[in-house]
Amino acid sequence: MSAAPSIFEKLGFRKASGVGEAGWGHTLLVAIVAFIYFLPVLMIIFTALKPATEALSVPPTLSPTSLFGLIPEQFVFSPTLENFTSVFSRSMTVGGAPEDTGFDHFFFNSIVIASVSVLLALIIGTLAAYGFSRYPLKGNDTYLFIILTTRMLPAIVVIIPVILMFRVVGLSGSYIGIILLYTAFNLAFTIWMMKSFFDELSTDVEDAARIDGSSEVKVFLKICLPQVIAGLAATFVFGLILTWNEFLFALLLTGVDTRTVPVAMNQAVSSGGRGTDWTLLAAIETLFLIPVFLVTFFLQNHLLRGVTFGTVKR
Amino acid sequence: MSTIEIRKLTKKFGEFVAVQDADLSVKAGEVVCLLGPSGCGKTTTLRMIAGLERATAGDVIIAGKRMNELTPEKRDIAMVFQFYALYPALSVGQNIAMPLHFEKLSQADADKRVKKVAEILHLTDVLDRMPGQVSEGEKQRIAVARAIIRDPNCFLFDEPLSRLDVELRHSMRGQIKEVLSNLSKATVIVTHDQLEALTMADRIAIMRDGMIEQVGTPHEVFAKPANVFVASFIGTPQMNLMEAELKKFSDGVVSVTVAGNNVEMPADPAVSKLKPSKVMIGIRPRAFTAESKASRSTIGAQAELIEPMGAETLIHARTESGGDIRVVVPRAQRIKIGEVLHLKPDPKQTHFFGDNGKAVRA
Repeated sequence: MSAAPSIFEKLGFRKASGVGEAGWGHTLLVAIVAFIYFLPVLMIIFTALKPATEALSVPPTLSPTSLFGLIPEQFVFSPTLENFTSVFSRSMTVGGAPEDTGFDHFFFNSIVIASVSVLLALIIGTLAAYGFSRYPLKGNDTYLFIILTTRMLPAIVVIIPVILMFRVVGLSGSYIGIILLYTAFNLAFTIWMMKSFFDELSTDVEDAARIDGSSEVKVFLKICLPQVIAGLAATFVFGLILTWNEFLFALLLTGVDTRTVPVAMNQAVSSGGRGTDWTLLAAIETLFLIPVFLVTFFLQNHLLRGVTFGTVKR
Repeated sequence: MSTIEIRKLTKKFGEFVAVQDADLSVKAGEVVCLLGPSGCGKTTTLRMIAGLERATAGDVIIAGKRMNELTPEKRDIAMVFQFYALYPALSVGQNIAMPLHFEKLSQADADKRVKKVAEILHLTDVLDRMPGQVSEGEKQRIAVARAIIRDPNCFLFDEPLSRLDVELRHSMRGQIKEVLSNLSKATVIVTHDQLEALTMADRIAIMRDGMIEQVGTPHEVFAKPANVFVASFIGTPQMNLMEAELKKFSDGVVSVTVAGNNVEMPADPAVSKLKPSKVMIGIRPRAFTAESKASRSTIGAQAELIEPMGAETLIHARTESGGDIRVVVPRAQRIKIGEVLHLKPDPKQTHFFGDNGKAVRA
C-alpha cells in the first residue's frame, strides 16, 4: 500500500506523485516564466495595498516589506487596507461624509448573473450537445455551424439589434434580460465543448446499459453524465470567466439595480472629475479576482482532466 | 423456452446493404457462432437481435415472441461487448449488479447474487476496485459476470476474446464454454477467429457480404464446405483451391487436368452432373500424401518454402503450371527446398465446386 494520504489528497487534490522528478534547473525555469505571467496580477494586488499617493510614484514602490533589508527603503511601501474599505464606502465630495457606494450590491449582481447564466447554459447546452452527439439530425453539422456563427461576430456588431430588441420587449435593465443574453452567448460554446466530450465516450457502454434495463433518461443521467464531469467543470469555468469579465453588454443592457462589477468599476474610477483613482481601481480588481480564482482553484483537478480529455488511450 | 430465431433479417444503411435475408435459429442450450471476415455484417446481425439496431426487414423472434419493435431492455437478453463496455464510474461489484436493478431485488439478495457470480468467474478479490484498476482478463470476466448474473432469454457475445492475448484467450475460451454449458440458454457469439468458432460453437454460421453462406456443425463446415468461400475461409493453412478441367467421369472415377497434370481419382457420383468444363478443386493441405514417384493419381510440385510448425511442417510448393500449393507433412518427413514432390490427394477430402462456386455433392 502507498503512504497515508496527505491533507491535500484528502481534500481531493492531485496526488503529489512525480513531484520533483524534473530536477531543479527545469523547475527554476518554469518558476521564472510563471512569475512573469503572474507579475501583472501581483502588481494589481500590491497597488491595491498602497496609499493613493504612491500609485504612480517614480521610482515605483515595489514591495510591502523590505525582505529583511534585501530591498532598499525607497522601494518599500507601507501596506494599507484603506483602498478596500473605500470600495464599499467613501465620501463622494471633498470633505464629505462617507457614503455607501453600492459595490456589495454590484458584486451580488455579478455573482448572480454570471452563475445563473452559466449554469443555465450548461444545463441546456449539455442536453443539446447530447442530442447532437447521439441523435444526429439530417444536416447535423449545418446546425452546429449555425450555432457557432452566433459567436463569430464581435459583441459590438450585434449590440445594436440586441439593444433594439431588448427595448421593444422591455428586457433592458432587468436581471432576466442580461441573464438570457449571457445564456444565449454561452450556449454556443457549451454545446460545442460538450458535444466533443460526448463524442469521445464509447457508445458500447450506453448500449450495455440499455440491455441491462436502463431507460434513455437513465442512460444519460447515470452513464453518460458521470463520464463527462471533467468536461462540465471545464466548460463551467471557461464560461464563468468569459461572463464574469464581460463589459460591453453589461454596460449597455444593465440598469442601476442590475449593474455588474466591470461596469461599476469603470464608473467608480472615472467619475467626479478627479482623474483616475488607481489604487481604488486596483482594490476593486483584487476583490473581483477572488470568486473566479476560488472556483478555478477548487475545480482545477477536473479542469486538467477536462482539457486533456480524449488525448489519453482509453 | 430460450430460443432465438431470425427470419429474412435485412439491414440497410442508406444504399449499403449490411445484412441480407439472414435466416438462423438457435435452440435452447445451443451455442451458435457468427463467423466471417470484418465488415461481413455479423455484428450488425447481433445488434439487431439485441435491439440496438432496427431491422430494415425480416423478423427477430426471441423465446417464441416477435421482438422487432421492442427496445433492448424489454427483450430480456444479456450481451457481452467487444470492448467490455464496463461502466467507468461504478466499481466492479456495482458493474456486475447493474442488471439486477431491473429486477428490483433487495440489497442483500443482490449482494448474494454478485458474490455467487464473482466466485464462478474468480472476481471476488476485485469487487471493490474500479474498472480502470483491473487487468484485461479481469475486465473480460466482469463483462461475462454482468451477463450471467440475471436469468435472461439468451446470451449474445460480440468478439468476446479479441482483446485478450493468446494465452489468456485460450483459457477464457474454455471458461466461457464451461459457464455457457451450465446455463442451457440460446447463445450467439460473433467472432472473426475461426479457431474460436470451431472450439466454442455447437454450430457455426459463416457470413460474407451480409449473407449467411453456410450453417453447420464445426465438423460439417470443415469437412463439407458448401461453397468456395467457406472452403477457403475455414481451416488453417488455407485449403488449396485450383482451377481444373473436367475431362470425363466413369465408374466413379474422374479424370481432370489440374496444375498441369492429368489426374485420375475416385469422386462423388454427383460430379458426373458437372459438364466437362472448368471446375474448381479444393484439397486441404493435410489431405496430400507425398509419393516416391509420379503416377496417374499424383500432382507434381517443387518445394519452395518450408515452414516448420512443430508437430508438422508446412511446405509451399510450385506446381508445373506455376500455381502455389500448400502441403502439410508430418515432422518426421524431411523435405528439402527444390525437391520435387509427387502429391497424391485423398479423394475423400477432395472437393469439387461448379462454376457457380457451390460444392458438388450427392
